Order: sequence, then structure tokens, then C-alpha cells
Amino acid sequence: MSSKSILVIVRHPPHGSSWVREGLEAALVGAALGQPPTILFSGDGVLALLANQQRGALGQKGSAAMLEGLSLYDVEPLWYDHLSLEARGLDVSQLMPGCQQACIADMIARHDVVMSF
Amino acid sequence: MAPQGLTYALMVQGAPYSQQASHSALRFAEALPAQGHRVAAVFFYHDGVYNAASMMSPPQDEPHLLERWRALHQVQQCELLVCVASAIRRGLLDESEAKRHGHSHPTLEAPFELTGLGQLMHAALHYDRLITFAP
Repeated sequence: MSSKSILVIVRHPPHGSSWVREGLEAALVGAALGQPPTILFSGDGVLALLANQQRGALGQKGSAAMLEGLSLYDVEPLWYDHLSLEARGLDVSQLMPGCQQACIADMIARHDVVMSF
Repeated sequence: MAPQGLTYALMVQGAPYSQQASHSALRFAEALPAQGHRVAAVFFYHDGVYNAASMMSPPQDEPHLLERWRALHQVQQCELLVCVASAIRRGLLDESEAKRHGHSHPTLEAPFELTGLGQLMHAALHYDRLITFAP
């Protein structure tokens, strides 16, 4: 399989839909195939990074445990768009460990393939 | 016209008739040959898997998206890949999955095929471009 760098962008919040989980599953499969993607949280996606999240009341599995496990598959750090964070009244001290600030345009320019969820 | 055509892979994540994603993906794919390119694979993920619903029966004065996908497959020989994990929990089962789960009829038929996320990664790495169509 040829080698390309993959960027996974998560744009949706963690509860109320399966977007985050399905995006993370795609990232994990990439990692399992030896192509660990870069993962970037932007827009409402940054809410997935808030620390101390519990499972939702909707019978979904939740995404916090998956996020914490990503580093085991070399998918790290968890990149976030700081403008999205600020726009939602949040700062990095409220996020789970392993998060790092990114510039979206640079990220997209540096990768061969972009998948958004 | 491009000197050498590119191969495209599309990821479709929007449900048919609910969202613009599948309409836009089809229009994009259908326009590729005129520019010398072709779509090699379409991967249906998230609610996009409903595009493969074999009993899709829209009113006659609306576009028939299932038939458009079938025609796309016929004209450009593209694979129509449906994420098996997303599809089965949403009730889209091919013949063997329908049997395995005790249902009398399949709800997904060729040229659509159930496949894993590995095929999405393969398409992303193997073809020249990957375009996401999502709500």
C-alpha cells in the first residue's frame, strides 16, 4: 500500500450523534493498517476533548475512552483549533491530557488526504 | 482536458433525500469524465449507507438516487462500497447478512457491496484524490 499522510478532521460534538465515534473508528483503522492519521478537532468537534466526560444517556458508547486510547495506536497528539475553543468560551486547561494547538490551514496543507467527520 | 486523468474516491456520509451530500456527490462524479477523470470508488459511511437501500422508492418527479448510483457504476465501473458496521446496525443487509440475522429479504443488493473501513483507507491511499461529501 502506498504511503500518504492522512488528516482526520472532527467537526461535530461528541454527544447526540455518532460522528465522533465513526470518525475515530476510521482513524483507528488507518492506524491498524500502519498509516496512523493526524487527528484535528475543529468547530463543535473541540467539545469532544473536554475532560471528565461520561457516557451519554442515549445508549451510545461515548467517545472519551476511545480518545484516551488513541495514543496506544500512535495517533497523537490530539490537535485542536484554538479559535474554535475560544469561540465556545473554553481554554486548554479544560481539555483532556494530550491536546495540542494547531493551525487548520497548515494542517490541511501538510497532508495528502483529508477526511472530515 | 487534463493530459492524464485522475482517479477519484468519494466518501458519502449524508442520507439520501435528507441532505445535499448524495446529490452533490453524484453530480460531482457524473461530471468527472468530461474533464478526463473518473470516479474509481464511492465509500458510503455514517447515514450515507442509506443510499444503498434497495427498496428506495422516491416519487416519480424526484431524482431516483439509487438508479443514479447504479448508472454511475455502469458508466465508470466504480466500486460502490458500503461500511458494513454502519450498514448492519441501520438495517441494510445483503443476502448473506440477512440470512445470518434471520431476515427473509436483503435490503442491499449489487452493485453495492458491504465492506470494512479498511477499504476506505485503501481508497484514500490508492486513488489520486479523496473527496468527502458530508452534512
